[in-house]
Amino acid sequence: MVKVVKTRVEFEGRFRDEYTVVEGEPLEGWSPKSGLKIVGRPHPRVDGAAKVTGSAKYTHDVYLPGMVYGKFLRSPYAHAKITHIDASEAEGLPGVLGVYTYKNAATLGFGGAEKVFKQEVTYQGDVVALVLAQDESVAEDALELIRVEYEPLRPLVDPEEIMGLDSSKDRIVGPKLYERGDLEKGFAEADVIVEESFKTQAALHNCMETHGSVAHWEGDNLVVHTSTQSVFNVRSALSEELGIPQSKIRVVSEFMGGGFGSKFGAGEYTVVAAAAARLLGRPVRIVLDRVEENLATGNRSQTVQWVKIGAKRDGRITAIHLKGLVNVGEDGWVADLGGPAKMMYHCPNVKVELYGVKTNLVSSTAFRAPGYVEGDFALESAVDELARRLNMDPLELRLLNYATRDPVTNSEYSSKALREAYLKGAELIGWRSEPRVVRDGAKIRAKGVAGAIWWGGGGPPAYAEVKVNADGGVTVLTATQDIGTGTRTALAQIAAEELGLPFSSVRVVLGDTITELRSPGSGGSQTLASMGPAVRAAAHDAKNQLLEIASQVYDVAKERLTIREGSIFRSDGSVLCSVGELLGNLGDFSVTGRGAREPNQEGYMVNTFAAQFAEVEVDTETGTLRVLRLVSVHDSGMVVNPLTFTSQVEGGVIMGMGYALWEGRLVDGESGVVINPNLNDYLVARCSDVGEITPTYVEPEDPHTNSLGVKGIGEPPIIGVAPAIANALREAIGVRLRELPFTPERVYSAIKGINPRPTTAKYL
Amino acid sequence: MLVNPRRITLRVNGLNHMVTVEPRESLLDVLRKQLGLTGAKKGCDMGSCGACTVMVDGKSRLSCLTLAVSVEGMDIVTVEGLSRGELDPLQEAFVRNDALQCGFCTPGQVMSAKFLLDIIPKPSVEEVKYYMSGNICRCGAYPKIIRAVLDAAGEVKRNG
Ligand code: FES
Ligand code: FES
Repeated sequence: MVKVVKTRVEFEGRFRDEYTVVEGEPLEGWSPKSGLKIVGRPHPRVDGAAKVTGSAKYTHDVYLPGMVYGKFLRSPYAHAKITHIDASEAEGLPGVLGVYTYKNAATLGFGGAEKVFKQEVTYQGDVVALVLAQDESVAEDALELIRVEYEPLRPLVDPEEIMGLDSSKDRIVGPKLYERGDLEKGFAEADVIVEESFKTQAALHNCMETHGSVAHWEGDNLVVHTSTQSVFNVRSALSEELGIPQSKIRVVSEFMGGGFGSKFGAGEYTVVAAAAARLLGRPVRIVLDRVEENLATGNRSQTVQWVKIGAKRDGRITAIHLKGLVNVGEDGWVADLGGPAKMMYHCPNVKVELYGVKTNLVSSTAFRAPGYVEGDFALESAVDELARRLNMDPLELRLLNYATRDPVTNSEYSSKALREAYLKGAELIGWRSEPRVVRDGAKIRAKGVAGAIWWGGGGPPAYAEVKVNADGGVTVLTATQDIGTGTRTALAQIAAEELGLPFSSVRVVLGDTITELRSPGSGGSQTLASMGPAVRAAAHDAKNQLLEIASQVYDVAKERLTIREGSIFRSDGSVLCSVGELLGNLGDFSVTGRGAREPNQEGYMVNTFAAQFAEVEVDTETGTLRVLRLVSVHDSGMVVNPLTFTSQVEGGVIMGMGYALWEGRLVDGESGVVINPNLNDYLVARCSDVGEITPTYVEPEDPHTNSLGVKGIGEPPIIGVAPAIANALREAIGVRLRELPFTPERVYSAIKGINPRPTTAKYL
Repeated sequence: MLVNPRRITLRVNGLNHMVTVEPRESLLDVLRKQLGLTGAKKGCDMGSCGACTVMVDGKSRLSCLTLAVSVEGMDIVTVEGLSRGELDPLQEAFVRNDALQCGFCTPGQVMSAKFLLDIIPKPSVEEVKYYMSGNICRCGAYPKIIRAVLDAAGEVKRNG
C-alpha cells in the first residue's frame, strides 16, 4: 500500500517540509544490541580494488572520441571593466572551434550565458572568455591570443573595512538574528563576563579532483559526466538553464575525487560544456585546473566574531552573545556561525547577530560543516577563557552547562551521548591522570578540549531498489553518490544484513540519475541516515518476495522460512534451497524490492556530537606548533562500518588541523589578488604533519532517528579541532591566539609579545 | 595542428607504444589521453600533489613535470602495471587498511609507496612519513596510508 507522508527534513540546520511516498510496514529499529552480523563490523571498501589499480573511472578520466576541450580565460583583476576585447586572432588559430565573450555569449544558447560572461568582472578568476578547441594545448594557446584591455576598478575585499564605509551599505546582508530569553537580564545576573573577539580565515576546498564535466548528446538526450555531490541538483540546474526536460538528461558521477561542499551545483563549467556540446554536435570537456579551482569554485567564509559570555560564580552560563561578520564574496551565503552558540549549552539567554559582507572575491560556498567550524572556534575558545576566569577545569565547565534537551526548540534529542564522549576522551588523553602542561627545554607540550555539535539525521526523499538475481547476486540500485565516505560499502553491508545474503554477493550502483531513484546530495552528513534506511527497506521487500516465492514453490508456510548466508532455511534449521536455485528454477527470475526512507519522527532533534582533545607541542624558539595527539570521540548513533567510520574521523581531524595551523587564502588587501591559489603556497596537511590520531565513538541506541539508528559522521570530526588546538596552545604559552591560522610567525610573535610584521597580505 | 610533432616509442608497463607527441607534452597527458592509462591523475599539473606519480627506470617520477619526449626508451611503470589479474601485496594492504577514501590520490600514493619499499624494504614510521609526504591526500587518509605501507612491508618480507 502506497502512502504519502509529509515530514520535516533538516539540511545543515535548515528545515523544510518534504512529502515522501512510503510503502510497506515500518521496520523494527536496529541498534548496537541487535546482534547484527555484517553491519557494525569492519569491512574494507567494496570499491577498494578499483581505486588501488587505477581502474576506477572519475570524471577526469572520461575521454570521448572527437571530444572538444573548453578552457576559460579568467580575469586577473579583482574588479575591472573590459574596455576592449578582440578574439579574432584566437579564432583564426587552426583547431579552434569557437571563442565566446560577453559580446557573443548569447549564441551559446542557454539562459544564463550573460551572467557567466560579463563586461564588468567582479573577482579575480571571473570568466572573461571561453575557447573551444580540438586539443587542450590548442585551447591554451588560443587563450593567450585573446586581446583584452581592462580598466581596473577599486576592489573591496576586507569586510571590516567595508563595514566602516558609508558608501558600501549595499554590500551588507542582514542582520540575520536569533534571540531567546533576555540577554540583558542574563548578563546582569552574571558574576563573571568574558568578552573575546576572533578572526577566522577563508579556507579553500582543494578536492584532489578539480571541478569538471564532460557533456555529450545522444540525439536530443544529454549525458553529463561530472564530479558532483549531487547528480540530481546538476540535472535540475541543466534542465532549467538549457530549457529541456529533466527526463532527457542523464547525470553520471560514479567515482568522484572528493567533495567538501563546493560540488553541489551544476557550476558554469557544466552548463557551458552542455550548451557547447549541443552547438558543436560533439562531446565537450571542461575541467578546471588547480589555480582556477582555487580562484573560482568558492571557499569557507572568512569571519570576524565577537563573543560575550556571562556566568555565575559556580560556572552556570547565564548569557551568550555572538556577533559576526561573514565575508560572502561576490554573492555567497551567510553560513550560520551561531549554530554552536545557540545549541551547545543549556543557557536561557542567547543572542546571535550575523552580517554578511559582499566583497570582490569569489562567492563563498559550503565547506564541511559550514559556519559551525568557524563558530565553534570562537565559542569554544571563549568558553575556555571563561573556565580560566572561574578557575574551573574547562571540561567540568562544559559538563556543568551540558544541554539535556535542545535549547533552541526545547525538544528531546533523538539520542545524545556527548557526556560519555567527553569522559571517554578525557580518559584516552589522560586529562586527569597526566599533567596538562610539560616543559621540555624550549618546547612545551599541553592539552586542550573542545566540544562539537552538528546535524546529520537525514530524511526523505530517498529511494532504493534491491534486486536479487538468479545467480544469487544482489544489485542495490540508488542514485546517491560515494564521494569517498564509503557509502557504497555501507549500503552493501545494510542490504546483505537485511537479506541474509553474503556481503560479497552485493553490488551497489550509484551516481547515476538514470535509475530515477531520488536521493539526497552527499553533504550535510546525511547520506547514510537517508539512504541506509531506504536500502534496508528495499532489501526487506526483496526478502519478503523471496520467502513468498519459496513458500509457494515448496508449499511451506512463509512464516516458517528464513534466509541466512544465501540459503533459505526451514524453521527446523534444515536447508530448503539456495536463493540461486529458487530463482534459477523460475526461468532466471529476478526479484525487485523497493524501499523508501521512512518519515522523520516528530518532536525529536537529531544532532551529532563530538568531544575532541588535542595535545600540542610548541617550540618557543621558532613558534612551530605540532599536534602530537588528537583524540576525537563521536556520538553518531550506531556505527555501520568501524573501518570507514574511523577513516572519516581521521580525515576530518586532519582537515581541521590544516585549518588551525596552515590553511588560509591570502589576499593582497590593495589589489584583491589571491597570493596562494595553488597547492605549493596554500598549505594543506601532508603525511609528515600527522601525529597520533585516536578516532573513536560512543554508540548510543537511537530508536528515534531512523530504522538503522544511525547519524552522520562526514562533518562532525572537523568542527572542534581548531578550538581544541587553540585551547591547548593557550595552556602551553599562556597567551590566547585569536586569529586562525596559527602560523609559526603568529605563535612566535604571541610568545614574544610583539606584533607580526605588517604586509598588505591578509587572510580574507 | 600539433606543434613540432615527434613520433616516439614509449615503453609502458613492459609494452612498446608508438605515439606522436608535441615536445611540450607531459608524460601524464600522453599516458592519459593517448594510451588510455588514466590511473595516474592530474591533481595540479605543477608538481605539488603527487597524484601523477609513476616509475621511470625504477625511480618515482612526477609525470606532470616529465616531458614525454624525455623518457623515450626508458622503462615506465604506471599503477596499471602493478597488478596483472591479482593485486600486488601493496595494493592489497591499501585496501585492507582502508588507506583511501575518494581514491583520487590513491594511484599516486601506491606508486610512491612502491618506490619506498623498493629502496627501503623495512621502513620506519618516520621514513614512511617522509617518503609519502610528496603525495597530498585531501581526504586525509594518511594514518591508514602509513599503516598500509608498514603492513605491506611485512607482507613483502613474508613473500620473500
Ligand atoms: S599532478 Fe603532478 S604533482 Fe600534481
Ligand atoms: S583519498 Fe581522496 S584525496 Fe586521497
